[in-house]
Amino acid sequence: MTLTPKTAPRPKVAVYKFSSCDGCQLSLLNLEDELLDLASAVDISYFLEATRTVKPGPYDIGIVEGSITTPHEAERIKDVRAECKYMIALGTCATAGGIQALRNFASVADYARTVYPHPEFLHFLDKSTSIAENVPVDLSIWGCPVNKFMVVEVIAALLQNRRPNFPPSPVCLECKRRGLVCVAVAHGTPCLGPVVHGGCGALCPANGRGCYGCFGPSSAANFSALVGSMTPLDRYPNETAGLLRSFSSHAPAFKSAAEAALKLSSEKEQK
Amino acid sequence: MKNIEVPALARVEGEGGLYIGVKDGKAVEIRLDIYEPPRFFEGFLVDRFIQEVPDITARICGICPVAYQMSSVTALEAALGIEVGPEVNALRRLMYCGEFIESHALHIYMLQAPDLLGVPSALDLAAVAPEVVKNALRMKKIGNEILKAIGGRSVHPVNACVGGWYRWPDTAPLKALLPELEWALEAAKETVKWSLSLPYPNLEIDYEFVAIHHPEEYGVMHGEVWSSKGSKLSVNEYETRYIEAHVKHSNALHSHTSDGGHYLVGPLARLNLNHEQLLPEAQKALRESKVKLPLTNPYKSLIARAVELVHFYEEAIALVKSYNPAGPAHLDLKLRTGEGCGMSEAPRGLLYHRYKIDKNGRIKFARIVPPTAQNLPRIEEDLFAIAPQLVKMEHETATLTAEHLVRSYDPCISCATHFLNLKIEDKK
Repeated sequence: MTLTPKTAPRPKVAVYKFSSCDGCQLSLLNLEDELLDLASAVDISYFLEATRTVKPGPYDIGIVEGSITTPHEAERIKDVRAECKYMIALGTCATAGGIQALRNFASVADYARTVYPHPEFLHFLDKSTSIAENVPVDLSIWGCPVNKFMVVEVIAALLQNRRPNFPPSPVCLECKRRGLVCVAVAHGTPCLGPVVHGGCGALCPANGRGCYGCFGPSSAANFSALVGSMTPLDRYPNETAGLLRSFSSHAPAFKSAAEAALKLSSEKEQK
Repeated sequence: MKNIEVPALARVEGEGGLYIGVKDGKAVEIRLDIYEPPRFFEGFLVDRFIQEVPDITARICGICPVAYQMSSVTALEAALGIEVGPEVNALRRLMYCGEFIESHALHIYMLQAPDLLGVPSALDLAAVAPEVVKNALRMKKIGNEILKAIGGRSVHPVNACVGGWYRWPDTAPLKALLPELEWALEAAKETVKWSLSLPYPNLEIDYEFVAIHHPEEYGVMHGEVWSSKGSKLSVNEYETRYIEAHVKHSNALHSHTSDGGHYLVGPLARLNLNHEQLLPEAQKALRESKVKLPLTNPYKSLIARAVELVHFYEEAIALVKSYNPAGPAHLDLKLRTGEGCGMSEAPRGLLYHRYKIDKNGRIKFARIVPPTAQNLPRIEEDLFAIAPQLVKMEHETATLTAEHLVRSYDPCISCATHFLNLKIEDKK
């Protein structure tokens, strides 16, 4: 007698895009060795970059790429939240407003006039905000772009009902583990490695340059020490401030550290 | 005739919608609505230091970050009046090969082929033809591996800078890619043969093709802007003929030529203008395909991409074999006030940048003309050309047909927002 195994229904996964470059979604399609297995472990129900098939919600896992930058997005994210049981913010745009948050430090109307001959045709918000600033988020994956294996780890953890195993230490420790020469100490290059969330594998120091913070702030980082030690290394005015005000600029720790670095530079200039 | 509506276009990078207005059974209005939000990159760049630019412009597009980095660095090097050496350039071409391979393999097999084979996605294709999809993923992966070996990661690589590279990539990981590249070159030749067997819809358009042309190499970063209408311009003269305008229904700017015409950039334009510069294996694949040039069917840009895949694997093999870096990886920058233009061929078409910088190396002005902004008016015109057929079709068939046409341009809507929703409305 053969028994028909009673298989649990595969969790339904939806992937959404807000204001973004599509790079984090592409990181999913770049899982060349894992994609087909992943597609058999979960039911990819909504993922417009990959398929025109849209299965109706609600969904078990919602993966959201991008930040909220338009009035329409601010409404749409509420509908998305309502149809997802578990929501993941994918990448630094979704987690901290991303590169679009550079508008938060300037007049966005000026930008509109700079770029578009008819700014009156446009609809946009003054600030780029993270998903969590708009609706509750269950888990954030930092990175610009995300490390694709961290996404696989999160989905595997959810399927196995355990906590995802994320790198606990900053870029600085990943750098030490790789046995790289410290770009700040050895070459005097400003580097955010000591205060930035690990996960990239210390890519920038490995390429002979300072970390520019695309994985966001590490949880136990000492930002005032970083500003005090890196700003004097600036090779052009406001180099450290520029690193802090790039891809994770709207994360609170980066925001205040960038202000402190700018202040320190202007004091130095006055002397 | 009932309304046709597609709430969001699938399998394009970015988001947009399509509206077709119908009166007395005839299409009277066509509009591609871009609802990808405006992204203000040219504004963000003002007052940034030149060396921050390639990292910021990469974020315009996760699918073609290398194109943005390369157009940026070449424009900024022109502004500084410096020229990088042949070794730096060779590695830039190799990184570009990686992006073409990754992007073309993705588009051919995962974005456009499902339309031709009548399945919703490559994942559904995997259920009926698993070997095809597995090979496609393997072909795509090797492109990403090149990017990773040179730039640390495939999306937003970190090694490119104004003046060259932060460091020379290690030789061993690059040379280790050769066996996979040799496999992929053969797989790409098979892809060309397979691409000829697909059921393309009939549509011939009298295009003006525009691409970078270089007499000695397949135009990617260096050369002149050539048009099939005979115009040959230096990069500095680009804006005298190719003009961006802002149209109300779109967050993307639309380009036209100075005489008001619409033009096409991308694989069809490149192949038609530059086939003589293809490397020998790609020439042979093209010759054996018996495809007559110029190719003027937009759906058949898949064939052009397949031929280009052969070329870029072939070029990548040669560049990896000859990679033997010596000397400094980058030039020392002497800052000065200046203005410079740069261009390169993103997988989906010509990408133009112009910057003005001050004596401290700060950006004072930036202009970025992405490929999709140039192709958008052309896509609208092509949709107009098929509208009489669309309005006679069942809604689902019409939607699929229109979507397929748009997808065949590989529009990168994220790039152009500065994208689709098909709505056919009866204007009674």
